[in-house]
Amino acid sequence: MAEHILAALVEHKPGVLYRVSNMFRRRNFNIESITVGVSEVKDLARMTITVRGDELTVEQVIKQLQKLVDVIKVSRLNPDRSVVRELALIKIHTSDSKAKGDVVNYANIFRGRIVDVSRDSMIVEITGSPDKIDAFVELMRSYGIKELARTGVVAMSRGLKSLKVEE
Amino acid sequence: MKMSGSQAIVEALKREGVKTIFGIPGGAIMPVYDVLYDEKEIRHILMRHEQCAAHAADAYARVTGGPGVCMATSGPGATNLVTGIATAYMDSSPVIAITGQVPTSLIGKDAFQETDIIGITTPITKYNYQVRSVRDIPRIVKEAFYIATAGRPGPVLIDLPKDMQTGVDDIDFDVDVEIRGYRPNLDPHPLQVKRAVDLLVEAERPIILAGGGIHWSNAYGELLRLAELLMAPVVTTFMGKGVIPENHPLCLGCIGMHGRVEANKSIMMADVVLAVGVRFSDRSTGKVDEFCTEAKIIHIDIDPSEIRKNVSVHLPIVADAKRALNAIIDELTRRGLKREKSEWLKRVETLKKEYADTEPKGELTGANAVKVLRKVLPENAIVATEVGQNQMWASLHFKVLKPRTFISSGGLGTMGFGFPASLGAKAARPDVPVVDIAGDGSFLMTEQDLATSVTEDLPVIVMVLNNSSLGMVAQWQRLFFGRRYSHTDLKGIPDFARLAEAFGARGVRVHSLNELEQVLKEAVRADVTVVIDVPIPREENVLPFVPPGKSLREMII
Ligand SMILES: Cc1ncc(C[n+]2csc(CCOP(=O)(O)OP(=O)(O)O)c2C)c(N)n1
Repeated sequence: MAEHILAALVEHKPGVLYRVSNMFRRRNFNIESITVGVSEVKDLARMTITVRGDELTVEQVIKQLQKLVDVIKVSRLNPDRSVVRELALIKIHTSDSKAKGDVVNYANIFRGRIVDVSRDSMIVEITGSPDKIDAFVELMRSYGIKELARTGVVAMSRGLKSLKVEE
Repeated sequence: MKMSGSQAIVEALKREGVKTIFGIPGGAIMPVYDVLYDEKEIRHILMRHEQCAAHAADAYARVTGGPGVCMATSGPGATNLVTGIATAYMDSSPVIAITGQVPTSLIGKDAFQETDIIGITTPITKYNYQVRSVRDIPRIVKEAFYIATAGRPGPVLIDLPKDMQTGVDDIDFDVDVEIRGYRPNLDPHPLQVKRAVDLLVEAERPIILAGGGIHWSNAYGELLRLAELLMAPVVTTFMGKGVIPENHPLCLGCIGMHGRVEANKSIMMADVVLAVGVRFSDRSTGKVDEFCTEAKIIHIDIDPSEIRKNVSVHLPIVADAKRALNAIIDELTRRGLKREKSEWLKRVETLKKEYADTEPKGELTGANAVKVLRKVLPENAIVATEVGQNQMWASLHFKVLKPRTFISSGGLGTMGFGFPASLGAKAARPDVPVVDIAGDGSFLMTEQDLATSVTEDLPVIVMVLNNSSLGMVAQWQRLFFGRRYSHTDLKGIPDFARLAEAFGARGVRVHSLNELEQVLKEAVRADVTVVIDVPIPREENVLPFVPPGKSLREMII
């Protein structure tokens, strides 16, 4: 089933994340990822939600989100016309110098950065589309991944189109 | 104005026009009750269970068309409200629930009678608030009433920590509410209205499916005018029962699992269905994949999320039902539509004659008792029901003649709803007779509020259709579980007449239809609650019946 990216402006107050995630659980929708942070407006937070489902399901997800009093605006992002990014921190097992060299090389190819080195591990910080991060994580598996932390997706439409609250 | 949070909440409620509160006090709400002690303009009705307080407030809302208010303490008081709040949520009823809460300094510490009522009620309220500053009280109350009643109505809960009740601050009631996240769209899109009219004008077999939304939008007159203009038959959902007088020639009654035969048959033959204020619940549509597959469906609803939630529709109109119907009427009138009685209508009328209800005579049965009740009651009497066979007999055989006179838990199907609902209805309309059509099982779930009915002077009639069993469950066991009556035998306990007398109400057991009619006539005139124990056969089935998962075509008649 296709993955869809939604962006929502919500009231920046306690309990909003609970209301949103609770709605997803109760309505039997599948969230792939959800991220929350501040937005350009002081009292609004921005959520980026990725969901799996067919057309009808996404339509319902959007309507059910809009129905929540604390949700001000929801829009569906066109993946081809949006910047979609995720950040990952990956701690990789690197006991010998060959492994260390490999990881540095791969990290360079993926435009990742080595942010920590210890005797037998390294942490790579990598930003990009979820696909790119998936690919990098796959490559690192053969060395042994000790820890993996991903932020979930944030996204924004390119150009003029933007998510704004009408007055 | 300097005042305490409890004074502020009571004042704010008065400013919203609240006349009645149903509730029970307790530790965490005592400061508010202390203010209510001297209150002259608000009548507080002391219930005997918080579930009943919520149901009574719900019924008060359904009968008046405005908000109903209930109040409880924290912890168990609040959790006892939950079934009532969920019931109101499922049937879109504007209940305002006010709960006490432990002081803010103790929240999260598992203090005595602390419960996370915000967490618990988030999925069953339209919105909920926990007051965190005394000064916010006027705004929160105003918003709560707005959210509860605007657009598609629904319950809103306000949780009041004890320090927010005792705290004193400068309170300003002159606040504007502006909720940017909730602005229901009221006016229909003109182009969609034109398209709807195109479909209706071309239809050969049009039908109107009217739901509970007509009640909340107060669109009774518009519905009737449109039906008469189109000369189209009207069927309703269970929640829509009574949106059109059920003795009107165009009304066919309810569709659904226990819908009327003529209604189910007709809607399945229609080529255009104009659905207004309905949500196509599974109990109404039967097997949804086979529901009106040949027809074009126009769906009017104020809640955009109802469009295409359960059935795919041809033409959605997101708007207030009254405004949408008016727009359609205007457009039809502009086009000068004049309909004669069509072949279709004649066919429907033949069906209606064929399956018309017979006069009640002979045995004392559930169906007959309900018919007798209709004969005895004046048109404006209010009827509430419990859940089970009693409810479905009421749906099938009690013809509702006036708006807002039939109250039942449709969405949640809450046993124990009917009796406290009848008390809430009586509080709202002391001038009309109020009857709870009950089953013995359901009545036993909330019968303790006979005490409320006697002490608060809320005389109602409870007609217990007593089959000594959890009848509806027993019916399913009879039909689908090879008569294995697992735990549905109630063994004829208690003696309802004596139970009523113990509470200071009147109790009578009747033995025949004639006797029932006599007793009902006296009960309507009585100024005390009367419980009528009506013994009916255990094995009586509610028919017709569309078995679960089957299409409306597959009725057992
Ligand atoms: C609170 C609650 N518990 C259980 C049920 C399941 N249930 C539906 S109908 C029914 C039997 C109702 O019995 P009674 O009130 O005697 O009515 P009857 O069907 O006999 O008319 C039951 C147990 C319910 N709807 N509500």
